[in-house]
Amino acid sequence: MSDNSSDEELAPDWIPYRQRSDWADVTPIEQDDGENPVVVISYSEKFKDVYDYFRAILASSEKSTRALELTRDALRLNAANYTVWQYRRDILKALGCNLQQELQYIDDVISDNPKNYQVWHHRRVIVEWLNDPSDELRLTESVLSMDSKNYHAWQHRQWAIKTFNLYDNELEYVDRLISEDVRNNSAWNQRFFVLKHFGFTPEVIQREIQYAVNRIRLIKNNESVWNFLGGILHDGGASISQHEEVLAFCEELYNNNVRSPYLIAFLIDLCQEKCLREENAESREALGRRVAELCDGMIREHDVIRKKYWQYVVDSFQLKLNRLKANNDGERNDGTS
Amino acid sequence: MAFIVNDVDISAAEPKELLFDKHVEYIANHGNDQNDFEYCMTEFLRMSGIYWGVTALDLMQQLEKLDRKSIVEFIKKCQCPTSGGVAACEGHDPHMLYTLSAVQILCIYDCLDQIDVAGVARYVASLQQPDGSFFGDKWGEVDTRFSFCAVAILTLINKLDVINVPKAVEFVMSCCNADGGFGSKPNAESHAGLIYCCVGFLSITNQLHRLDCEKLAWWLCERQLPSGGLNGRPEKLPDVCYSWWVLASLTIMGRLHWISSDKLKVFILSCQDTDTGGFSDRTGNLPDIFHTLFGLGALSLLGHDKLLKVNPTFCMPQYVLDKLKINTQIISV
Repeated sequence: MSDNSSDEELAPDWIPYRQRSDWADVTPIEQDDGENPVVVISYSEKFKDVYDYFRAILASSEKSTRALELTRDALRLNAANYTVWQYRRDILKALGCNLQQELQYIDDVISDNPKNYQVWHHRRVIVEWLNDPSDELRLTESVLSMDSKNYHAWQHRQWAIKTFNLYDNELEYVDRLISEDVRNNSAWNQRFFVLKHFGFTPEVIQREIQYAVNRIRLIKNNESVWNFLGGILHDGGASISQHEEVLAFCEELYNNNVRSPYLIAFLIDLCQEKCLREENAESREALGRRVAELCDGMIREHDVIRKKYWQYVVDSFQLKLNRLKANNDGERNDGTS
Repeated sequence: MAFIVNDVDISAAEPKELLFDKHVEYIANHGNDQNDFEYCMTEFLRMSGIYWGVTALDLMQQLEKLDRKSIVEFIKKCQCPTSGGVAACEGHDPHMLYTLSAVQILCIYDCLDQIDVAGVARYVASLQQPDGSFFGDKWGEVDTRFSFCAVAILTLINKLDVINVPKAVEFVMSCCNADGGFGSKPNAESHAGLIYCCVGFLSITNQLHRLDCEKLAWWLCERQLPSGGLNGRPEKLPDVCYSWWVLASLTIMGRLHWISSDKLKVFILSCQDTDTGGFSDRTGNLPDIFHTLFGLGALSLLGHDKLLKVNPTFCMPQYVLDKLKINTQIISV
């Protein structure tokens, strides 16, 4: 990257602080790099100018309108400098600035630096000071419309929803995102977050199973929705094999020659669980064979890259099954003796 | 493959061997050769930059390429005399992230006594919150990264008793999701980098039994794409830094062998820059020091014979932890 890319952030008619008459009373403080080769920094002229003056106001604790403007320049040159952000907050507080204006300013910074930790943190602090989350869903929505998996935006959104109880329309929003991109793992995670808040009633679990199943029908090889489905069954408290309709759905896909590794992995889980609960010895044997066959398919063809994992799964399943058989035999013997 | 996957193609022309000397040169010159812009822009993480370089060179047994004395002097100047925390650079505020980097560098250089260690302990303890979580600095951002930093720092300086460990464990476990993974906060999406922090945290605090290892390790295995590279979340592109985070987590859980090491190695080696040395995030991109350390670290976990053994929890050479008599919990399967 060239030196110029930082300078372009400043307006074309920007004047160095050293040449400004209204800053003549401030003596800039240069960075003391010593003779340390590890930290030798040959700053660009503009960067050096701004930060020399920033160090000066920091040293004198000047909290003024011009100092606030200076932090804006400093952040334009480097939005990741958390010391500047903090000092900016100190000034905002000291001057009793209009914080709604600050929110607008942050909007601009976020749209230029959507993955910057410091600016999102600044946003949160200002919203807390204002105790007003009315713009947060719109802001995060606009950032997520550019990058629907931006971790910072999702964290901020969850924070705002949780802190100010903004759950009510969230499921609709998530549904829209999932319709736009059914593979959006962040949206599926958000769906889970909202459901967890309202509670997993039997009705909710039933509805969500349908929701997931319908989306798997659209795209079979989608890790996010398979994980979501597993989570719904698991957090609903029931074991996954108790939902016969899910098993039937998986079998249907399999019989239609779908060989997505996620489907087969799910089937393996279902069959293992069902097998280990099965009382009837013959059915148990059949389910056991099914697990072994499915794992074998993964090892040989459908998920070769993780073949050692599948070998482990089938081996430890066999162990469990043998132990179960031994226990059952033991009980029978105890009963007759 | 019949299914569409978000992945990269690795051409046959990409490097297949470790460009050892090139990387040594790349890292050793990192502090000198920087053009203005990039170096200014990375000031806020300088301390971590030095840790990445020092650790990478030490893994290659080339530590003498950097000037130890000036690095230690730099660290001393970055410690805040009031709070005890360490800043990324002089003139910046202290932060948990850079405090860990500083402590790691000093452990590698075997001179922890050069800073106020009691001050560091005081700083970390001051950042713990009633729910067990940690702020990154006094301004209040909470993240499981900082939980990891806290226990890593305190273990390296042998002062883990200054915080409430059970509470800290409780918070980390509250960030566990239904898919077995962990996010930055409760309910935040599972993310391989944060999983590394949480698994590392549990390994340091001897609490690995709390993990649903089968489920989590499976989720981590799923991060491997057909190119061999690992991504950090479903449907994202592979990136060398996840080679470290995923692989280190699997190593701690004793399940490194569940993914294909050979294919991963091909991916990592393809991310080397044949002109300048260094590793990039993915094949064909520009290198940086961060991805260089994590590329080398992952290769070390895979047992590369030109690299020293790395400790999967601390991302530091194993011999350093041996010398400090620090044992981190690892599950053997």
